[in-house]
Amino acid sequence: MEVLRITTSGSVDDGKSTLIGRLLYDTNSIPQDKLEALHAASKRKGLDFTDLSLLTDGLVAEREQGITIDVAHIYFSTPTRKYIIADTPGHVEYTRNMVTGASNAQVSLILIDARKGIVEQTYRHFFIANLLRIPHLVVCINKMDLVDYDQNRFNEIVTDFQQLLDNAAFKEQVVRFIPISSIYGENLATRSEKINWYKGEALLEYLEQITFDHGDSNHPARFPVQHVIRPKTDAYHDFRGFAGKVASGHFNVGDEVISLPSMQTSRIKTIQQFETQLATANARESVVITLENEIDTSRGNMLAKPGQEPAALKEISAHICWMDQTKLVPGKTYLLQHGINRVKAKVQGIQHVIEVTTNRTIEDKKELGLNDIGKITLKTAHPIFADAYHVNPANGAFILVDEHSNATVAVGFVE
Amino acid sequence: MSNQINWEFPQALEDEAIYILRETAAQFERPAILFSGGKDSITIVRLAQKAFYPGKIPFPLLHIDTGHNFPETIEFRDQLVASLGVDLVVRNVQDSINQGKVQEETGKYASRNALQTVTLLDAIEEMKYDACIGGARRDEEKARAKERIFSVRDEFGQWNAKMQRPELFDMLNGKIHIGEGVRVFPISNWTELDVWNYIRREKLDIPSIYFSHEREIIERDGMYWPYSPFLNTTEEEVPFKQKVRFRTVGDMTCTAAVISEADKLEDIISEILEAKISERGARMDDKRSEAAMEKRKQAGYF
Repeated sequence: MEVLRITTSGSVDDGKSTLIGRLLYDTNSIPQDKLEALHAASKRKGLDFTDLSLLTDGLVAEREQGITIDVAHIYFSTPTRKYIIADTPGHVEYTRNMVTGASNAQVSLILIDARKGIVEQTYRHFFIANLLRIPHLVVCINKMDLVDYDQNRFNEIVTDFQQLLDNAAFKEQVVRFIPISSIYGENLATRSEKINWYKGEALLEYLEQITFDHGDSNHPARFPVQHVIRPKTDAYHDFRGFAGKVASGHFNVGDEVISLPSMQTSRIKTIQQFETQLATANARESVVITLENEIDTSRGNMLAKPGQEPAALKEISAHICWMDQTKLVPGKTYLLQHGINRVKAKVQGIQHVIEVTTNRTIEDKKELGLNDIGKITLKTAHPIFADAYHVNPANGAFILVDEHSNATVAVGFVE
Repeated sequence: MSNQINWEFPQALEDEAIYILRETAAQFERPAILFSGGKDSITIVRLAQKAFYPGKIPFPLLHIDTGHNFPETIEFRDQLVASLGVDLVVRNVQDSINQGKVQEETGKYASRNALQTVTLLDAIEEMKYDACIGGARRDEEKARAKERIFSVRDEFGQWNAKMQRPELFDMLNGKIHIGEGVRVFPISNWTELDVWNYIRREKLDIPSIYFSHEREIIERDGMYWPYSPFLNTTEEEVPFKQKVRFRTVGDMTCTAAVISEADKLEDIISEILEAKISERGARMDDKRSEAAMEKRKQAGYF
């Protein structure tokens, strides 16, 4: 069974929590006791309907303020698929959470209030979905009930959105527009009769048939070594296995591999998953690889195929999203974590800052603070073996860690 | 739609969990598995076995024994530890009570559930564990839905929802200061159904109380409670015999039974899908207030 990961974003009050609550309700994913608690909570708030949005607003502070302030994960499944929704807040100050939620998603779901059309937040959400190269974008035009299910209004918004798409860097994104009313469940689980001019699938129907291969199968083979297994027991006296999760591409038994950074080569002797011997390890599979001969490989190193190995980078140019209260300090050394490998990295300079709502670069702004996105250059103490993010996303991202606070302060995308 | 049962376990979840366990072994000096004897911690032990095979599980199991456990759970625990050859560390809530660090609750809802937090934090300090691996899942409860995979705790074990580190892609940052600790949740993205399907696929043994059996129970607040010397009962609460099973393994004082004839895994899974009550809905500890779990997490609970 496949897992489809979705990130949702929307502005305050555009009905995102209601939409998610509705998807759970329509797939029978809410147990009776939770539903009763919702009825009671809605009544206490003086509402005459069951407020499904209360289902996802988890923390006390959020319930008090009526807003979502962190990434919440929500699960439901249909007979064919398991869905994971990363529900992220729509406030300007929470760009950081939006990027976090988007980082693992195959689908980005953007909500637009049909009365308001495209607002500042829509630009921000779209920019992030595009920057992170999320393969699928679903734009739900919500609250159609409040515009009398008007087809012209829907078309106007689609036309406006087309301008964003025309200016986007990642053009291969598959985009779909769906007119919905989350509060009445129109076009969510089943097709709406009220919106009969729309001939496409309802949201859930559309999600059910989305195909994806995690974008990994055409990418070069990358295997970051997480852990070296050396049991030293009688039965496995000479066993030396490299445990890890294939980042991209695939490896077969018998393949020639090169270990980075030692540049030594060998052949794959076995690939195993617990007691099962495999012929192939595919992207995202956690396996143990043994090699024909002993070569210099340890945690943080990477196995690739000779001739297809990533370049050794010491000077890195990257887009980053800053995620910490303390601003980026040019000239400061941070810890750069690329996958599982950590190296020291010094910020050489800030190229420019991007105004995400207009997609404009501001050349003379040389400051990156919380929720800012910009382009920087870094110099690392040791080479990292990364691909450009636009070529191979699974091996093209990194985080920056502040060595004093230990906080994760930024995520970066290698140019 | 979801009335059709999907028996297939999503393999991506196992790959993710194994990756997390390997990161835990690599990034920390003294990690341990928090073991309760429930199905989620049994799943964690299995994942650890698979992650490091043919090597041994590189973590000891830490069990916080409230003294109010089902005897079947303890028996199961000891068998599992013996068969895997892992180290087991047990610390008792009774000792914390004897030392005057916590006080036994009184009244008919008295439970040791909140008390175990103190015993846990003491054990972590004593054993110098810098990472504790738990079987919590985000689908269990609203506060847990916002939990990170590597959840940093301060010196007092406290969770600060607003100071959480962002987790990007699959990159895990386990760097901490001396005195801090991390709670690791490898099956964050699993649902209850995923866990049952995994237990079924892997043919794992689980404590017998998950299956239908005859037991003395009392009825309270519309739920069925296992009758035991630990439960404070009123005169009206007369125990009677009934075929029941348990959906979670907690203390005998805070885990409600469901009336059930299900004695096979398949029947249990079918029951869950039709269930009228959520998994933690059968836990008294969560019912105390709408924010019960969040408050306990802030205090250092799992």
